[in-house]
Amino acid sequence: MTPADWISMALLAAGGAFCVVGAVGMLRMPDFYTRMHAASVIETLGAGLVIAGLMVQAGFTLASAKLAILAALIFFASPTATHALAKAAHERGVEPVLGEGGGEGGK
Amino acid sequence: MIYAPAIAALLATIGLALVRAFLGPTLFDRALAANAIGTVAMLLLAVLEFLTGRPEYTDLAMVYGLLNVVGTIAVLKFFRLGDLGRESPVDEGER
Amino acid sequence: MRKLSAAVSLFVFWVLLSGYFTPFLLTAGAVCAVAVVAFARRLEVVDPEGHPIDFSGSALRYWPWLGVEIVKSAWDVAKVIVHPRLPISPALVRVPATQKSALGRVVYANSITLTPGTVTIVAGRDEFLVHALTRAGAEGLASGDMDRRVTRFEGARQ
Repeated sequence: MTPADWISMALLAAGGAFCVVGAVGMLRMPDFYTRMHAASVIETLGAGLVIAGLMVQAGFTLASAKLAILAALIFFASPTATHALAKAAHERGVEPVLGEGGGEGGK
Repeated sequence: MIYAPAIAALLATIGLALVRAFLGPTLFDRALAANAIGTVAMLLLAVLEFLTGRPEYTDLAMVYGLLNVVGTIAVLKFFRLGDLGRESPVDEGER
Repeated sequence: MRKLSAAVSLFVFWVLLSGYFTPFLLTAGAVCAVAVVAFARRLEVVDPEGHPIDFSGSALRYWPWLGVEIVKSAWDVAKVIVHPRLPISPALVRVPATQKSALGRVVYANSITLTPGTVTIVAGRDEFLVHALTRAGAEGLASGDMDRRVTRFEGARQ
């Protein structure tokens, strides 16, 4: 394997590891809102590192440009979906579990 | 060989997210899990392109990503209004 | 000017997606780009919101900073998740938003949501209701650094 292969393998493995961590977080967290934070680890660092690893593999080609479009799509679309979920849950009256001193500040 | 760890991790992620989708308990937990599965499936398709050497998979991943977002919002809207066609009520005056 | 830039970016997008450089497909791409811009003009979506080229310069300065913030907070959230005792202290906070335009508020709300550990739940006219995973994340947001940067990002047009 060439050095570029090693770099891309490391990036891919790190991205995969963050995806698994995010999924474990989705299982461990106590309520819906905290699970949302775990899922956003998958969508930012997990997806970003996997795509970066693939871009190292692709080099400076059209495939790389497509992967960049894919990354841009994730980064623009995923907060919209997350916000839609959060707002829908809030309007449905799903109550967040709050930590000590975590009341609604400034209200 | 390069892709083996990534593919194993992504498949494990899908499995864990599926567990969350089964456990629930609310509709939103399931929708969140479905959304995460969609994102990971998109990444899996992108990795598959390099594994098989077929460039079509990135295009598939892009379409999958778009459908993932639209699908999540459609599910939420459907459960909120019981209908996909109606205008959503204006939120401005609510709070 | 905005229409020309929209048509050019659509054409570039076409070329990237197709990957073929035959005269027929390039012509078809150009025709499609112009047709889409013509339709978009009739829909009146080729405006500063639909095709925000005015922000290109400030976006190049804002995005790298946002990227670093995302990586830092994603790392923090990952550490919280793998910590055996799961040290979370979820909090709901109201964060003031000082942006003038709707676009600026969208950028700010999306930046908050994109950063792991904080999610915008309700985006109001001048304040957001934000759910934070840890007390530290809520305090980082309350310091207003991101708010100031987005306001500067938005104000770069004037």
